[in-house]
Amino acid sequence: MRKACLLAVHDLAKRDPRVVFVGSDITKQNLEKFAAEFPDRYLMEGIYEQHIIGMCAGLAMSGKIPYLNTIATFITRRCYEQVLIDLCLHELPVRLLGSGGGTVYAPLGPTHLANEDIAIMRAIPNMTIIAPCDADEMKRVMMQTLDWHGPIYIRIAKGGDKVVSSDARGFKIGEAIPMREGKDVLLVSTGITTQIALEAADLLSKDGLTVTVLHFHTLKPFDQARLLHYAAQARAVLTTEEHTLMGGLGSAVAETLMDAGQGGVPFARLGFPDVFTEELGSQAEIMGKYGLTSANLAAKAKGLLKA
Amino acid sequence: MLVGSGRGHVGAALSVMEICRVLYDDILRVDPKNPQWADRDRFIFSKGHGCLALYVMLAEKGFFPKEELMRSCHFGSMLGGHPESRKTPGVEASTGALGHGLSIGVGCALAARIDKKSWRTFVLIGDGESNEGSVWEAALSAGKHRLASLTVLVDYNKFQSYGPSKDIQDLEPFADKWRSFGFAVREVDGHDVPALGEALRATPFDAAKPSVLICHTVKGKGFKTTEHNADWHHKAKVKPEELAALLAELEASA
Ligand SMILES: Cc1ncc(C[n+]2csc(CCOP(=O)(O)OP(=O)(O)O)c2C)c(N)n1
Repeated sequence: MRKACLLAVHDLAKRDPRVVFVGSDITKQNLEKFAAEFPDRYLMEGIYEQHIIGMCAGLAMSGKIPYLNTIATFITRRCYEQVLIDLCLHELPVRLLGSGGGTVYAPLGPTHLANEDIAIMRAIPNMTIIAPCDADEMKRVMMQTLDWHGPIYIRIAKGGDKVVSSDARGFKIGEAIPMREGKDVLLVSTGITTQIALEAADLLSKDGLTVTVLHFHTLKPFDQARLLHYAAQARAVLTTEEHTLMGGLGSAVAETLMDAGQGGVPFARLGFPDVFTEELGSQAEIMGKYGLTSANLAAKAKGLLKA
Repeated sequence: MLVGSGRGHVGAALSVMEICRVLYDDILRVDPKNPQWADRDRFIFSKGHGCLALYVMLAEKGFFPKEELMRSCHFGSMLGGHPESRKTPGVEASTGALGHGLSIGVGCALAARIDKKSWRTFVLIGDGESNEGSVWEAALSAGKHRLASLTVLVDYNKFQSYGPSKDIQDLEPFADKWRSFGFAVREVDGHDVPALGEALRATPFDAAKPSVLICHTVKGKGFKTTEHNADWHHKAKVKPEELAALLAELEASA
């Protein structure tokens, strides 16, 4: 997914002279062509994330569209004030490409995990947040970033994730995509948990249940209308995210349902509890420990329907 | 402005009054009728709390009506306790959290270089602000990129919020620090208008390096009560008798 993302930046640079790439001491892989073709718009900078966020602000104030790539948590946690003031308060078109969203860097431990990135980015006015589910969708996202107003945070998943998205369903920043539709259960997902939701839907259909999987590639602005539409038809609503349960997708769904007076529907959220997920191992192992699996999601859905 | 709002970072503004005066009178190529003119020089007022000095100059040059000065900090005003680019014509960047402006300035200077434009970037920072690590991140980067179109002005008043910098975080040897980060350095009396003009007209000091002009200043310059007085760093409510004393001193000196 990161590869698709970085190669797309090169495509965008060919189309639009405003595009500038900024990296923070990252591998040259997938950037060689950009560097060779547009050396003056290729800025490989030091390990000073706060500085390069401000620098991107200055570039954007002067007419550029900077695409900044480094590790997700060093963009979001470490540079919170720079992101908030330099980018969001000024509403500048800077694209933050965060490598290793969620628990991708599980073996590297808690310093490198981004389990709260969506929550803290969501709290900032003018921010747009996107978590694509696979590399194909990443390409679609990137192609729409040139003219999008204001800053965007793009959460990059591990890579090699199963491709479940397709051109046929269309893509528009800010519009949730129904990946399949049914009437018993609504599974709401984002990023690579959309794969989990689709597998859970398969499991549930074996029991004769029909399921809607609503994929929120864009977490902000939040597509409330589509959520409320599908939630109104469902007998149970479940959310799933590779993120803390505080302030992410599940929170956004709960807030939207309650605010709209649709809070009566049986409801459950899957995600990380309020702990540091510091077990190491792999992303799959950590997600397994905290119940982010298709089997658990399907079981929870059946539980809600029985209750 | 103090009459209008009764508040502000008085010492920090008085310290940079001449610097702002010389920049807007002699150096910056800006157009008050067209604040967004693409080829204008950029002036990033990074020590945002000193913005009373900036507002006075912007009003005098006609970026907005002088009457606005009397409404600063009031509900719905275009002039806040820290400058905001989306509210105030002529303000390039919203600052107030110290340590952001130099990075923004580096980005502006890089954009000018990419576009082969001749406009220049000036960033005003405080000495206390220079405690922030992000200032030195930006300095490293400006040095690496040899941004000759970038000039940093340091308001070296040797005072910060609590009191004298040497008691809090001494910066000496300050000029050497900048030099070692790749800057061409000059020092000047920051209240000497002709000397400031001469120094700023001489930028870039080196055609292959960013410039820094260390301006030796007095915090609260101009009034007996405010000079070297940490009580005047920030006033949330200037008392009527304090205001009267300042106005009387101003009158006497005029
Ligand atoms: C990041 C940040 N930390 C703290 C403050 C609070 N603060 C405002 S002004 C100031 C002192 C600044 O000293 P200096 O840069 O020397 O400016 P001076 O007031 O002396 O002109 C402090 C600590 C702030 N605005 N931003």
